[in-house]
Amino acid sequence: MNTTSTHFVPPRRFEVYEPLNQIGMWEESFKNNGGMYTPGSIIIPTNEKPDSLSEDTSHGTEGTPHKFDQEASTSRHPDKIQRRLAQNREAARKSRLRKKAYVQQLETSRLKLIHLEQELDHARQQGFYVGNGVDSNALGFSDNMSSGIVAFEMEYGHWVEEQNRQISELRTVLHGQVSDIELRSLVENAMKHYFQLFRMKSAAAKIDVFYVMSGMWKTSAERFFLWIGGFRPSELLKVLLPHFDPLTDQQLLDVCNLRQSCQQAEDALSQGMEKLQHTLAESVAAGKLGEGSYIPQMTCAMERLEALVSFVNQADHLRHETLQQMHRILTTRQAARGLLALGEYFQRLRALSSSWAARQRDPT
Amino acid sequence: MDKVIRMSSEKGVVIFSKSSCCLSYAVQVLFQDLGVNPKIHEIDKDPECREIEKALMRLGCSKPVPAVFIGGKLVGSTNEVMSMHLSSSLVPLVKPYLC
Repeated sequence: MNTTSTHFVPPRRFEVYEPLNQIGMWEESFKNNGGMYTPGSIIIPTNEKPDSLSEDTSHGTEGTPHKFDQEASTSRHPDKIQRRLAQNREAARKSRLRKKAYVQQLETSRLKLIHLEQELDHARQQGFYVGNGVDSNALGFSDNMSSGIVAFEMEYGHWVEEQNRQISELRTVLHGQVSDIELRSLVENAMKHYFQLFRMKSAAAKIDVFYVMSGMWKTSAERFFLWIGGFRPSELLKVLLPHFDPLTDQQLLDVCNLRQSCQQAEDALSQGMEKLQHTLAESVAAGKLGEGSYIPQMTCAMERLEALVSFVNQADHLRHETLQQMHRILTTRQAARGLLALGEYFQRLRALSSSWAARQRDPT
Repeated sequence: MDKVIRMSSEKGVVIFSKSSCCLSYAVQVLFQDLGVNPKIHEIDKDPECREIEKALMRLGCSKPVPAVFIGGKLVGSTNEVMSMHLSSSLVPLVKPYLC
């Protein structure tokens, strides 16, 4: 950008930008030159003196005042021009510096973004929940996610890592020779690991029960099977049953009874949830819809929502008890095989989520 | 509290609940599923609601509702009922009171 060129535009434009200035200068120069137009002095030499104007007075007679203005101001006040030129140069320099800084910032951010995307892809390949599953390039955290939930998501990431490690260990150990004692400690650890998750979920439910209810921390395929914020115990028993073979008759009877009890308990909780939905809808819709004010409805609905936390806790309690009962019914070896099968089942669901997301991205 | 003791023995299976409590409703559904018709006391409709709540807490309930009594004896709240059912100890307990 050539800043000095702005001064070589036709006089009329110059006038448009600084009309007030022109008027004062015009008056001044009119007094001095008697209103004569001197085209020669449009070009602004640095050392031009006002007196040289008089040499060209013979060329124009009725020059329009504004043209004369331009003449007068540029020839009469070269220092003003100089100052303006210098200002323009300075402004242009600052603008260039700002642009450079901005571009550098963009470059840094771009590199950061590439790095983050790589991390996300890596995590996704390992089967971790990453993002909301909608846009692989978007980070999973929304602006209004509380720090407690962010902490939960991070803790859950570590939980999955540990889970994968335990599953690998069980797999290796069960393929070889392993003592019952060693197996028992692995089984105990696996059980404790699940119970830890329920404790984490309970704390998270107190912070944001909707988050836990909708299984937002889980992968998409896992969420498809969601029942009150987690897996459905009776479904799980159905999936795992063939992996406990051989079962004694008593064990088979116990497992079937357990499955039926789970189904009944799940059914009772589901009906309780339906009632909660119904009463919540009633509270929200109470009074006249359309008036625009609804504070009492909000207060009442909030009270109803408190119950949701109890339901999430109760569902996790059911999962906890199911695991406990299975541990009681089965031998250590059977329990180990069951836990391995359970762990891999969830790994497969997570892998399914990744595969499906990848398929959505590159449909070939 | 005498009233609570009397109310809890009115029938084989008695559930102290509140009309707004959906978890109490879930417990009720479970018993009905098992073939029992429990007696439901909605204490929020009782003028002595506060005293009943206090009495239930004093008997050992962590929260007043739902409070389940079988054969006049306190079994507990939702947690206890669910645990008992999964460990197959609930059905034998309600057997004498089946419809």
